[in-house]
Amino acid sequence: MSTDQDLYAAPGETSQGRVFTVTGQDWDSITDSIGESAEERVVVNMGPQHPSTHGVLRLILELEGETVTEARCGIGYLHTGIEKNMEYRSWVQGTTFCTRMDYLSPFYNEATYVLGVERLLDIEDDVPEKAQVMRVLLMELNRISSHLVAIATGGMEIGALTVMTIGFRERELVLDLFELITGLRMNHAFIRPGGVAQDLPPGALDEIRDFIALMRKRLPEYAALCNANPIFKGRLEGVGHLDLAGCLALGITGPVLRSTGYAWDLRKTQPYCGYEDYDFEVQTWDTADSYGRFRIRLNEMWESLKIVEQAADRLAGLEGAPVMVGDKKIAWPSQLAIGSDGMGNSLDHIRHIMGESMEALIHHFKLVTEGFRVPAGQAYVPIESPRGELGAHVVSDGGTRPFRAHFRDPSFTNLQATSVMSEGGMVADVIVAIASIDPVMGGVDR
Amino acid sequence: MSDKPDEKHAGTAKDESDDKTDKNEAARPAEERNLEAAKSGTGTGSGVDQRAPEQSPENLPGPTGEVHAVGVRRGMFGVSGTGDTSGYGGLVSAKVFPAPSQKPYGGWFDEVAGALEARLEATELTSAIESVVVHRGEITFHVRREDLPFVAQMLRDDEALRFEFCSGVSGVHYPDDTGRELHAVYHLTSMTHNRRIRVEVTAPDSDPHVPSLVSIYPTLDWHERETYDMFGLIFDGHPALTRVLMPDDWPGHPQRKDYPLGGIPVEYKGGSIPPPDERRSYN
Repeated sequence: MSTDQDLYAAPGETSQGRVFTVTGQDWDSITDSIGESAEERVVVNMGPQHPSTHGVLRLILELEGETVTEARCGIGYLHTGIEKNMEYRSWVQGTTFCTRMDYLSPFYNEATYVLGVERLLDIEDDVPEKAQVMRVLLMELNRISSHLVAIATGGMEIGALTVMTIGFRERELVLDLFELITGLRMNHAFIRPGGVAQDLPPGALDEIRDFIALMRKRLPEYAALCNANPIFKGRLEGVGHLDLAGCLALGITGPVLRSTGYAWDLRKTQPYCGYEDYDFEVQTWDTADSYGRFRIRLNEMWESLKIVEQAADRLAGLEGAPVMVGDKKIAWPSQLAIGSDGMGNSLDHIRHIMGESMEALIHHFKLVTEGFRVPAGQAYVPIESPRGELGAHVVSDGGTRPFRAHFRDPSFTNLQATSVMSEGGMVADVIVAIASIDPVMGGVDR
Repeated sequence: MSDKPDEKHAGTAKDESDDKTDKNEAARPAEERNLEAAKSGTGTGSGVDQRAPEQSPENLPGPTGEVHAVGVRRGMFGVSGTGDTSGYGGLVSAKVFPAPSQKPYGGWFDEVAGALEARLEATELTSAIESVVVHRGEITFHVRREDLPFVAQMLRDDEALRFEFCSGVSGVHYPDDTGRELHAVYHLTSMTHNRRIRVEVTAPDSDPHVPSLVSIYPTLDWHERETYDMFGLIFDGHPALTRVLMPDDWPGHPQRKDYPLGGIPVEYKGGSIPPPDERRSYN
């Protein structure tokens, strides 16, 4: 296609200036067609399909030379109507939907929704200890895998490809653990109202301990590669600056807020799932820039390892303890078990409902198809996801399905800082600034 | 658009009463009476004529005797006309939401409510707070919508309140809450005092306007756009209230309860799977 033709705007259709469509052709053909009428002020559309926009994020940048004078985000390309869909499923099925929002931190989506449902059910204190410890274990492993992706993709975007390869190498180990515990690498729907879906499989604790030992060796590699690397520091230091007042005004939480030196972490300030029982430190940095956010993520992985270790120790003493609330009107009736042909419904349970007890069959059928009713009201139980405050505003009208579930996703909110972080800087720094926010478009668009 | 659910409900009621057996006809007025009582807030709120079998303390109604009923639930299987032969199609039960609470609210709730009231009294705006609901350890202030910016400014700036962080706004559409169909729900955090409150304002479908809080909490920029996008709530004073998730030329507001849902055509003798809200389902 020649540069004179444009699919999106015929000549004269644009309100300002001339449109050039760059689709991989020779740069010479573009520079030639610009000819003598070269202008310094250019509006560049970047994305929504671009390797360094963290998914389908569209950026509209106004440039004066290489300086960004205005930056705006276009979002919504991954909107799938998950919140609306949840209104037509039972309360338990809701976890299957919301786990797909922020696909890099599925357990957090499930957890905040489930905590809201449990608050409305008024069973917060009845959730067994083992379920809470398993939730913490999975969430902290998830924080490690999410931060690894943040660091890996952030590194890749500035050309540090080794950081990308080793980041995904370690993330794979975490996903293997998820697969072992929940059966799935992503989209687990494992945390359910009242507890978790399954008990830990045999051998899981050993695998977790091996992983902790391995990560203790591998995490220093990131520090060695990046922390004092002059190119890395040159690209990150002072880029994407946002101070505390800016963070509060824009509602920014997570590593971006903590990079201003303010130790706000919901695990400490408003503990949930028993976080008050674990020994860990809130990581802060005082530079309020992308480099600080990178260091916070690195340090938080160490803290998460500490929590995972403590959770594993507690789980060792909780063998055989229940992982689901005792109320049979809420707890899922069946458990999975390993049979001769792989994992499936527990044969004991099938025998019980099909051969022994009609009432058990009715109970199973009613609970699985109809589900339970949740008393009318609304709840909001935010948690500290790897990206900041993630909360589900759960509204019930007393029915068997959510009347409304709205997710306050930190990626959505934090992405609003794109303009303030990148305007006045260089175009190359926009990428670094956005990488330091670490938005996940599945969470932004829902 | 806003009238659709009401019409549908009215139609449903008529169809059902036609199908009903004599026994259900006789039972109906009593149900309706209870419902009226529940709606007006004078009844016990049980919605049925039967007394609870056990009179243990936890079965007794709460001390306030006040209920907040919004709409009714009919039958057990969602839509009517699906050949429901179970006999439960005539069930009518009120959807009862947590009622407004009376003082004392308990804990720090009273400090916040007291500080807020003191400030409102000083400015002769005592009626800005319509009601306060304490439920499941969370406090909700229902604020008159025209006073929202003033209340939010105070909540943010007053030393005793200091709700400097806003988590965002979430819309909720209650088609049966006549005259207050659209709710905008704000979650505020005081990092200074480590407290969380909820502020709720309502607007009728016929006049879906709420003042924008972007000038007080700039983070609400995209959140208000999303609520506008999904519910059609217009935030007056927003710098650029455009759609944010749906395409710019999208008709309608998808998260509203009266938004038409799509069915799925299947290639079998022209059959199709009806949209989720028209399928038989538990409700």
